[in-house]
Amino acid sequence: MRWGVVTFPGSNDDAQTAFVLEGLLGEKVARLWHKDTTLGALDAVVLPGGFSYGDYLRCGAMARFSPIMSAVEGFAADGGLVIGVCNGFQILCEAGLLPGALVRNRDLRFLCQRTHVRVEDTDTAFTNRCRRGEVLDIPIKHGEGCYVADAATLDALETGRQIVLRYCDAEGRVTAGSNPNGSLGSIAGVRNARGNVFGMMPHPEYAAEWLVGGEDGRKIFLSMVASGGVSSDAVVSATRSKVVSGP
Amino acid sequence: MSAEGNGATGWLARVYVTPKQGVLDPQGKAVQQSLHALGYPEVLDLRLGKYVEVTLAEISRESAETRVREMCERLLANGVIEDFRFDLEASR
Amino acid sequence: MTAPQVTLATAHEHGLTTDEFAQIETILGRTPTFEELGVFSVMWSEHCSYKSSRVHLKTLPTTGPRVLQGPGENAGALDVGDGVAVVFKIESHNHPSFVEPFQGAATGVGGILRDIFTMGARPIANLNSLHFGRPEHARTPFLVRGVVAGIGHYGNCIGVPTVGGEVHFDPGYDHNILVNAFTLGVVASDRIFRAAADGPGNSVLYVGSKTGRDGIHGASLLASAEFDAESETKRPTVQVGDPFTEKLLLEACLELMSPAYSEHLVGIQDMGAAGLTSSSTEMASRSGTGIDLDLSRVPLRERVVTPYEMLLSESQERMLLVVHRGSEEIVQELFRKWDLDAEVIGTVTDSQRLRATFEGRLVVDIPIDPLTDGAPALNRPAAEAAEQETPRLVLADLPEPVDYGEALLQLLASPNLCSREWVYRQYDAYVGGGTIVRPGSDAAVVRLPGTEKAIAISVDSMARFCAIDPYVGMVSAVAESARNLAASGAEPIGVTNCLNFGNPEKPEVMWQFQQAVQGLHDACVAFGTPVVSGNVSFYNETEGSSIPPSPVIGMVGLLEDASQHVTQWFKGDGDAIVLLGRNHEELGGSEYVATAHHQVRGTLPWIDLDVERRLIDVLRAGAREGLLRSAHDVSAGGLAIALAECCITSESSARHGARIDLEDGLRPDALLFGESHGRAVVSARRRHLTRLRELADRAEVPIAVIGEVRGQRLEIGELVALGVDEMHTRWSEAFAGLLGEE
Repeated sequence: MRWGVVTFPGSNDDAQTAFVLEGLLGEKVARLWHKDTTLGALDAVVLPGGFSYGDYLRCGAMARFSPIMSAVEGFAADGGLVIGVCNGFQILCEAGLLPGALVRNRDLRFLCQRTHVRVEDTDTAFTNRCRRGEVLDIPIKHGEGCYVADAATLDALETGRQIVLRYCDAEGRVTAGSNPNGSLGSIAGVRNARGNVFGMMPHPEYAAEWLVGGEDGRKIFLSMVASGGVSSDAVVSATRSKVVSGP
Repeated sequence: MSAEGNGATGWLARVYVTPKQGVLDPQGKAVQQSLHALGYPEVLDLRLGKYVEVTLAEISRESAETRVREMCERLLANGVIEDFRFDLEASR
Repeated sequence: MTAPQVTLATAHEHGLTTDEFAQIETILGRTPTFEELGVFSVMWSEHCSYKSSRVHLKTLPTTGPRVLQGPGENAGALDVGDGVAVVFKIESHNHPSFVEPFQGAATGVGGILRDIFTMGARPIANLNSLHFGRPEHARTPFLVRGVVAGIGHYGNCIGVPTVGGEVHFDPGYDHNILVNAFTLGVVASDRIFRAAADGPGNSVLYVGSKTGRDGIHGASLLASAEFDAESETKRPTVQVGDPFTEKLLLEACLELMSPAYSEHLVGIQDMGAAGLTSSSTEMASRSGTGIDLDLSRVPLRERVVTPYEMLLSESQERMLLVVHRGSEEIVQELFRKWDLDAEVIGTVTDSQRLRATFEGRLVVDIPIDPLTDGAPALNRPAAEAAEQETPRLVLADLPEPVDYGEALLQLLASPNLCSREWVYRQYDAYVGGGTIVRPGSDAAVVRLPGTEKAIAISVDSMARFCAIDPYVGMVSAVAESARNLAASGAEPIGVTNCLNFGNPEKPEVMWQFQQAVQGLHDACVAFGTPVVSGNVSFYNETEGSSIPPSPVIGMVGLLEDASQHVTQWFKGDGDAIVLLGRNHEELGGSEYVATAHHQVRGTLPWIDLDVERRLIDVLRAGAREGLLRSAHDVSAGGLAIALAECCITSESSARHGARIDLEDGLRPDALLFGESHGRAVVSARRRHLTRLRELADRAEVPIAVIGEVRGQRLEIGELVALGVDEMHTRWSEAFAGLLGEE
């Protein structure tokens, strides 16, 4: 699959994301600069973590107006797969590609720690390689990862099965104690209604090797590979056709 | 000549961005608790927001108002979590 | 606007002595201009000139087969093979952090990062050493919160992981905290850049943030004079950090130093303390050249900044470059890509003088040498304080604890031994993807990109020991660092130091300093670890009272195979628990005596560097051969604390208990809590014990199987029986409690 990894001024996790995709998973990666205006022929785009524009004003507020974002919005409108991690998630919310917003953590401090997240839905382009209810061990590192949205939006997310990941404990129980940052509904990752845009606060790129952080994060990227760059509406048939045409 | 006249003038826009009512404001809550601890029990509520000063070139008041509102809606405030208001002061 | 007339009184206001002012007039053959006086005052300040320490620092071992760059550059560099070098340094930002903890600590991190990437190295690890006053002191929680948030803010935002460090509390720092920041970077060993201004005719470029009034006389005044009640008024001189701009500067500089651009670059230096003045004079000094500056071209943040202020401003996130004549446009274009200012502000000359003009007027014209190598160097008088003798510790007068379990819990929850998770959870330890061992084990371990190797790093000080005996304390700190690295599986290869002391004009402070430098020398010679970079921070005094002597070192170790790293916590039931080294009846200076008996006294534990070296050899061989499931050095809190930490410090919820039996004729509290050196607790599978014994015997290191990893309780003979969860709870919740949270 052909991936694009965007570098905004202040992106910190772009190189690591490219390393995981290219170096560990053998994918093709194009590095994209925020001043670029076109994406080229891609199957998926990653908005990586970091502190774009220093997180000044609001996290992601200025990055969303980068020239590249028009291209990303167009790509998403055409059904292309877009994943935003941490700051990338914040940018997607600021850009209106995902509902809700991410605000200061409940205890007002930056949090860097291993967390567990429960896979709420596997019928997505981002989690089809996971089991439903599976607990993934993926770290968070953010100061502003508390997911908020108004009641109507939250309802719509629930009924539309758009909540993909929730913070939980090691056994998969979603409790107050397992919610690190105060996110409403313990939401750690959401997708858009169409299923081709996904944001998550935990960092799958830092859980992709046994030596450093484990391998649970690979499943997110491998799910996207398995979907072949096709969003959830088409995932099932795409996977099926792969099997049929296999050796 | 009055700065409030019909002619174009420079402007200072004072923009206040505050958390929307109903949206959790952990910073405001923390500051409120600190004030209580400092002996100000009369503090009933505290919302912590941002204050932005924007200096504008010479344009009409009408245009300044429209443009500043647009700046707020597009960038300075996030409508999902924040409200804004602003006032304009003519500057030389 | 004219600059003030310079008189002797003006010189005194600048912290120069009558003698020094006379010297300046002799050097120039005239009265200096106001701008020149400013230049001399900062370049001759303790902070820039090391005038009190230079003669002593020269004695340290600084060479070795791995040394690519010793002291004298922005940072030291060691060859780690495979064409890769590591560049590292530790630096203090004590005074600014006390005045404004968040920005002080943040800009401290920013400064040390620039020292590293100035050399062409990409920073891959930050650590820090923090010393605060008593937790009960009214200002301590505020300072802790501010410093920790500031360190996190800068490191997290710029995207360099903070992977370890230390936090100490002691009343001696109530009015003068210590914030020392360490950074390590990696670079191809043949692509290290130096701060040179070669080639008369080449251009001097200013890049990065614009210049404001921040931090004028920050380094020279804040770090070169005592604190007093008026220090509050110095607040405006503290700089504000902008990690976002520094991130752009970092990427732009590394791109400039990449093969695609590096032919254009002659030399590069960070504008740190004393900003434009020190960077330009030091670069010219290294090359034996001169520099002409046109101050009218300095990018300004405010409308009116005087030439005096431009020369002395400590605005952050700025660099000075020397580029080949004709390369200016290409370099400026590169910085524009990163949205950064890059202005030609001067030229390299062969005059061996620093000359600066402003609006066509010559405001500075000074020979380089007296500002740098020829700056005053003092051999200040040193003498041991008369009442220095430490009160003796008579064990017979010390009651034993009634309940050893409770004593252990108390120690686990004590300010200097409890979990630092509250602190390091605020630091991004993952960014960059190379962190193998995050904070919470003996040493941090980060992988060397593009190789199978890893680097282990430990930052250590032993302030309580140093307060009793600065020589033994310093030796002990170096030994502890070396043990920490070896317990992680690494070979110690080099050291950087940050020597924090009081007022050097006091003979007893100079004596402490000399003792510590001697200790550093002796220990580094014994371990074969050259000192390749460092920093001295004097005048850590407030209202005439000095901090305890507080030398801090950062030691770097090499693992040839990253997968051979070892962590300190127990791994699985059934493993044998082994003590390497010998227990002695030594309680002097211990955390236990301080915590349970509120005394800092006694003879320090005996230390034999040969014993330490042999222990290190066993630990390293054990790691290399894959015999060690865990390894943890015995230090503060003694053997019982080391064992408890093996049980509770695992990051995952998979914690283990242990059953221990100790056969020693020592007094039980000395056995459990004494801080004798030369010891480590390791665990190993039973089938590996024979080989481990062989290794220990060959190195003549005492070895004893003292127990087994088992269950969910720590049981030590009949003395201690505690649940792992109970210990973990007390240990992990204590830090927030110290700050009055929860």
